[in-house]
Amino acid sequence: MRTRRYLKSRLVPRDVEAIVDGLRLGHTGSTGSTGYDPWGLNPDTTKMTFTVVRWLYERYFRVVAHGLDNVPASGRVLLVGNHGGQLPLDGVLVSYAVASRGAGARLPRSMIERWFPSVPFLGNWMSSVGGVIGDPKNCAKMLEREEALVVFPEGIRGSGKPYRLRYQLQRFGHGFMHLAMEHDTPIVPVGIVGCEETMPSLGNMRPVARLLGLPYLPLALPAVLPARVVLNFGAPLYFGGEPGSEAEVALRVETVKDAIRDLIDQGIAQRRDLI
Amino acid sequence: MTSTTAHATTRGRSAGIGHGNRGKVMVTGAAGALAQHVIADLVEADYEVVGIEFRGLGDDYPDTVDYVVDFNQRPFEDVFREHDFVGIVHLGRIRFTQSTRGRRYSANVVGTSRLLRLARKYGVTRVLALSTYHVYGADPANPSLIDEEYPMRAANLMPEVVDAVELENLFNIQLYKHPELNIVILRPCNIAGPGINNEISRMLAQRVAPCLVGFSPLMQFIHVADMSRAVCTAFEQNHPGVYNVAPNDYVTYQDALVAAGCRRLFLPSVPPGLARRSMRALGRLAPPAYLVDFFKYAVIVDGSLFARTFDFQPNYALESLFADYRARK
Repeated sequence: MRTRRYLKSRLVPRDVEAIVDGLRLGHTGSTGSTGYDPWGLNPDTTKMTFTVVRWLYERYFRVVAHGLDNVPASGRVLLVGNHGGQLPLDGVLVSYAVASRGAGARLPRSMIERWFPSVPFLGNWMSSVGGVIGDPKNCAKMLEREEALVVFPEGIRGSGKPYRLRYQLQRFGHGFMHLAMEHDTPIVPVGIVGCEETMPSLGNMRPVARLLGLPYLPLALPAVLPARVVLNFGAPLYFGGEPGSEAEVALRVETVKDAIRDLIDQGIAQRRDLI
Repeated sequence: MTSTTAHATTRGRSAGIGHGNRGKVMVTGAAGALAQHVIADLVEADYEVVGIEFRGLGDDYPDTVDYVVDFNQRPFEDVFREHDFVGIVHLGRIRFTQSTRGRRYSANVVGTSRLLRLARKYGVTRVLALSTYHVYGADPANPSLIDEEYPMRAANLMPEVVDAVELENLFNIQLYKHPELNIVILRPCNIAGPGINNEISRMLAQRVAPCLVGFSPLMQFIHVADMSRAVCTAFEQNHPGVYNVAPNDYVTYQDALVAAGCRRLFLPSVPPGLARRSMRALGRLAPPAYLVDFFKYAVIVDGSLFARTFDFQPNYALESLFADYRARK
């Protein structure tokens, strides 16, 4: 606690502090006396993390975000994007883009893989900067609290895929669509271009990954490359009404996938060069 | 002084505390710190309380214990014959560290089954049982704000607490099979405060407390006085059902240790086997190895149903709770 306060006072610039303070974390009244909300979000850790993320966002990946106005300033919303690049950098960049946009800024909470909390340091850190286990109960409770969630329905199928499959959407789980329908939540599709190039992988070292208890281990350079990242936020999609069958849900999921594909193509066209 | 039998040992004064204009209440686990608070609160609310203890503590029983008796022995029924109880507050549960597996199962599950049978036979109309949030189990995939409908996964994740899960199942069956018992089951988060001797309270009370490198799960704490008030409120208002009891306040384990004035002793966390072994090596200075996952993964429960149903808000803030531990060092 004392170390965190000390580091925060030394590391965090005023403008980053202002960004996080402007997010009104805990506006739903769920933050406790020690600064944590029930999912572990802590404003001080967020400020320290944002200090690094801002440098990554502006200088390292030189992110360009289009269509941020499509993300509502308040109310429940699901930001659904394509996943790639081995590391969960795409979620961090999408969250920072919305959190640092000035007027209407908010902190979208990223759905993280269920195994993250079992990794020392990583689990604690991800929770303290807004990560939430991708469990339907968690999502439902957060949507009831009018939060914005970043969801990657491909899961590890997307993030762990080899470079040769870049920008090819893998199978989407249907959970996000059920949540959107049950909780009457708009879906903002997000096309993410560039993250696939940050850590190109030749394949998955499955036996080693299994030995270490990891879902995958990429055969890649142990470095994150400074690829340019382009984010495109599409117009919100609404899926009201009870579906007649799971096949109908699958069709609705395809509608979202099509929207994301269009945004990815748009991003690839907008990108001037890879690095 | 009431009669003494071979197994239902009456202690050296008349059984029962208070005048009891509102009737007699049996409180089990009466030697525990929480029970002593509950008994004081019930007496203040004008109940007469009969304290029962089934743990063998030698002669070291507080005044709140009227009978020392095994629930599975026949003389236990004499307690019901001698007193006309309006209600039972069942706080007594043998924890993993206190006995063998067989004895624990016998006392916690078989004994409680007999307690409920006798409660029906002698027309008791209110039963409150204390469970624990441990029944949800600690798992990295746990969602936050676990509500009462969430499965009791501890039976699968940690076989050592299977008796706690079975005990809950037993009460749940009786809750619907015998509605005349009006059973209320409370699943509190970590109870802490003066006199409490559970695993987490022991850690907070130590000058040096172990924690695992890279893990500091979010936790909830309720002060023993607040928990006692929750028990008495639920007993009096009696809305049958299962309720989590936890405040809307959260702190990480390591922050809690620092706030309580503990120095942290970092133990290796990977591989998991090494973490368990190092916990075991510390003996009583560390939590039991089977609870290690509760010191790695957050288990945050949603206490809003209890707060709404019983109009309950804790009085003690986390800061004052930890200040008490700090002051005692």
